[in-house]
Amino acid sequence: MNIQKLTIFSTLEGLRNKQFTAVDLVQGCLANIKKYNDDYHVLLTVVDEDALRADAKEIDKTDYSRPLSGIPIVLKDLFSTDGLRTTAGSKVLENYTPVYDATVVRKLKEAGAIIIGKANQDAWGHGSSGENTDYKPTKNPFDPSRVPGGSSSGSAAAVALGMCLAATGTDTGSSVRLPAAFCNLVGLKPTYGRVSRYGIIAMASSFDTIGHMTKTVYDNALICEVTAGKDAFDGTTADIPVPKYTAHLGKTLSGVKVGIPKEYFEIKGTDPRISDLTRKALDALAALGAQILDISLPHTNVAMECYYILVPSEVSSNLARFDGVRYGGGRDTFGAEAKRRIMIGTYALSSGYYDAFYKTASKVRTLIKKDFDDAFTKVDVIVAPSSPTLPFKIGEKSNDPLAMYLSDIFVCPVNIAGIPTLNVPCGFIEKLPVGIQLIGPQWSEEKLFSIGNAYELHTNHRD
Amino acid sequence: MSASLTFSDSLHIAKLANLLIKDEEIPLLASQLSAILNFVGKLQELPSSGVAETSQVTGLVNVYREDEIDKSRMLSQKDALGNAKATHDGFFVVPAVL
Repeated sequence: MNIQKLTIFSTLEGLRNKQFTAVDLVQGCLANIKKYNDDYHVLLTVVDEDALRADAKEIDKTDYSRPLSGIPIVLKDLFSTDGLRTTAGSKVLENYTPVYDATVVRKLKEAGAIIIGKANQDAWGHGSSGENTDYKPTKNPFDPSRVPGGSSSGSAAAVALGMCLAATGTDTGSSVRLPAAFCNLVGLKPTYGRVSRYGIIAMASSFDTIGHMTKTVYDNALICEVTAGKDAFDGTTADIPVPKYTAHLGKTLSGVKVGIPKEYFEIKGTDPRISDLTRKALDALAALGAQILDISLPHTNVAMECYYILVPSEVSSNLARFDGVRYGGGRDTFGAEAKRRIMIGTYALSSGYYDAFYKTASKVRTLIKKDFDDAFTKVDVIVAPSSPTLPFKIGEKSNDPLAMYLSDIFVCPVNIAGIPTLNVPCGFIEKLPVGIQLIGPQWSEEKLFSIGNAYELHTNHRD
Repeated sequence: MSASLTFSDSLHIAKLANLLIKDEEIPLLASQLSAILNFVGKLQELPSSGVAETSQVTGLVNVYREDEIDKSRMLSQKDALGNAKATHDGFFVVPAVL
C-alpha cells in the first residue's frame, strides 16, 4: 500500500470496490511509521498495533458506507482521547491519559475513522516551527534540515510521510496553515465557533479553532462535514446548519471577486519568489473567471502587536490551571516558550499595565476585524501568501522568539477576526512547497472549498 | 512606552504567574521579554480612544442550558481520579495550604 499516493476520495472508492481492506491501510501506515518516525519525530504516541488491526477488521466487516469508513487519521496531541496518552507536546502532561474523547474525536470515530496515533507539536500550540515541543522537534519531509511549520508540526509531517490520510490540528494564529503550506497540504482554519473545542486543550480560548490537513480540497471538505456543527458541550459553537461542502465543489469561478490586500505585498522580509508565485496563483484564478480587485486592510501593520498581547494573556489564564496538584507535572516542568508566554500575558493583565496593553489590544482587535468586514463588502475572498519565507532551517529562529513570532504575519490577523481560511499548495521553490491562503468572511467555508477545488484542479501542484 | 524589565521586575512577574524561575535564567528571559514588550508596546501609539473593545467574535450572548443532571457531562469518581498522583478515600491528596 502506498499511502503517500492515496487520497481519502480514492481510498473510499478502493475500499468500496474491494481493491484493498482497512487492515491493508493500517499496515501501510504502520510501515511508514516504522520507516520514518525515529528520524522525523512525527508521532509521540502510536496506538497498539493489534488494537489497530482489530479496529480495521471490524470496519472490513461493514460496507464502508460511513463518511470516513476505514480512513486512518492522526490527531494533534492537544485532542483528548479516551484511554490514549495526550501530552499537548509538553512534559507537564507526559503521563496524562484522558478519560473522555473530545467531541471532534468522537465524531471522527463515529464516521468510521481509525485513530492511528498522536502527533508531535509545539508544546501547548506555542510556535510556528514545531521546535517548541518538549520532545524532539519534527523534521520537514521535503528537507529534514528544515522545520515542517507549527504548531501542528507532527500532523503535517504524518500526512506527507503516509502515516495517515488526514490529520487534525488547531489554529490559534498559524498552526494549521503554516505546517500545511510547508508540507504541501490543504489545511483548513475554520470560522471560530464552526467546530467544537470541547476536549481540546485550550491555548487562547477566543482565538482557538479546530482544523485539519489533507492532500486535496475534496478530502478537506469531507472531513469538515464530519467535524463542524453545534455542540452542546461548547457554548461558542454556532447554531448554523453545516452545508454538504463536497456538493459545492466543481463550480465555475465566473463572477467571483478576489481581493489582494496591498499591505500584504509591502511586508518587509517577504521572499520575492513567494510574491511571484502568489501573483501566478492570482493569474490562474483570473483565468478561471475570477475578477481580481485591489483592497486594503489598513491595520495589518499592528496585527502582530495586537495578537502577541491578547493571545499570551489568554494563554497565561488557561495555563494557570496546570499546577500539578491533581495531575500532571508541576509548573517547573513548563518549557521556555510556555514560560515566556505566561509571563508576557501576566504582565499585560497585571495591575497598572492592563489598560495600556490588554485593553488597547482589545480595541485594536475591533479595528482589525472591521478591516476584514469592510473588505468583504467588496470581495468574496482575499488571497495572500501563507508564509513570507520558505520553510526555514531547524535552529534558525529558535533563539529569537520575536523573529519566530513574525513568521506568522500573513496568518495571525485572520484569527483576530475569527474568519475562515484555507491553505492551498501553489507550487515549489527550490523543491520546497509554497502555499496561498484563501480568506473568507465568517461561515464561508463552502466558498473557500469551492474556489480552492477549482484552483487545485486547474493547477495540479500536488504531483 | 518602552519596557525594559529588570531582574526584580522579572521575579515579580514570575511570582504573579506562579512560576519558579532560576536566577541564572533571568538575564536571558528579561532581555527576551523586554524585546517582545517593546514590540507589542508600539500599539499604544495608535489612536484608539472611542473604539469599543472586542473580546469575542461570534456575537453569541448568554448561552444557557437547563439546570438539570446530564450524565453525559459527568465523570465517574474513578475516572475523575484516574490521573491523580495520590488519592485517599476517593479524594485527591493535595499539599496543605495552612
